[in-house]
Amino acid sequence: MKALLEQLRGLDGLTGAAMGGVAVQLQPIPGTVPVIQVSIEGREELPIFVTCSDTQLLCMCYLWTDAEVKPARRTELLETLLDLNPSVPLSSFGRVGDRYVLFGALNRDARVEDVAKDVAELSDNALDALDALSEFLK
Amino acid sequence: MSVIKKMVTLLRSSVREIGESVVDANATQIYEQEILDSRRNIEQARVDLTAVMAQEMQTAREIERLKREMARYEGLAVEALDKSQESLAEEVATKVATLEAQLEEQAKAHAGYAVQVARLKDLIRVAEARIRDHERELAIAKTTESVYRATQSISDNLGAGGSKLANARESLERIKRRHENLADRMVAAEQLDKELGDLALERKLADAGIGPDAERRRLVMARIRARQAGAEGQG
Repeated sequence: MKALLEQLRGLDGLTGAAMGGVAVQLQPIPGTVPVIQVSIEGREELPIFVTCSDTQLLCMCYLWTDAEVKPARRTELLETLLDLNPSVPLSSFGRVGDRYVLFGALNRDARVEDVAKDVAELSDNALDALDALSEFLK
Repeated sequence: MSVIKKMVTLLRSSVREIGESVVDANATQIYEQEILDSRRNIEQARVDLTAVMAQEMQTAREIERLKREMARYEGLAVEALDKSQESLAEEVATKVATLEAQLEEQAKAHAGYAVQVARLKDLIRVAEARIRDHERELAIAKTTESVYRATQSISDNLGAGGSKLANARESLERIKRRHENLADRMVAAEQLDKELGDLALERKLADAGIGPDAERRRLVMARIRARQAGAEGQG
């Protein structure tokens, strides 16, 4: 199994190209599991994090925390997320601890070209979702 | 208990706890060992299965052969009786009886092999199901741990830098504003392009002697010529 950073070599260029020539930066995050932060020019506030386990490669974008959700509309938001889940191409909504995430899962041995496609799609979807669902946030 | 049920119980804990405790090293080792054992069992069962199936086919062939033999000897016994050869018929009947005993033996063996084949196939099925289960369990546990650990690293890291994952609404506003700026710049650039384009066209028209500029030059020229002509007339 290749090291994550090695597997993702060229992800910056490929993602940038997939998004019409924007600048993309990769930054490893120190910790006990491999995590690479992907920052996309113009969307620095919504970085994508790529991490992996033995069986999967995950691209994640943190959307908002539980504390940011309007309590009165929480159930409605959760139902909306469930309803949206099957429709959003390549990405799924989820929650890690108190953070809502949008993520895409790939095979552990995915090609960097496929990861780039997923990252670009995820970034577009995350921005779109944030825009569409911001009415549920404080 | 199903893997997902276990996860649901586990997910009631905190992010840090989950990151640290999903994969019990001991349990992982046991599962990995069981997967290895099951793989080995499957391999052995496949080898056995091939051998037993070969024997099953052999007995089936033998049964066919014995049945044909019995039919042939019974036919011969009938012929012997037809020719009033009683003792010969008796002898043939003894032969048929022996064949019949052999046939029964083969049929019993054949049935035994069939049972063994079914048992081995079940064994393989069960072992493969166990491997799939353990692999799925390990995958779910390890992925959960990875995701939670990654989230922990990301929060720790961003927290250490003095910033945190920004408020979603603010992030959205900032991205949108940047996007609008870009859109505005593009509109401005487009307008500029258009204006410059228009200017270039007018210059080309003027060069070709068309349009108000060209007319103005012609009129000025005519005036100058008239003045010159006047001066010559006076001189």
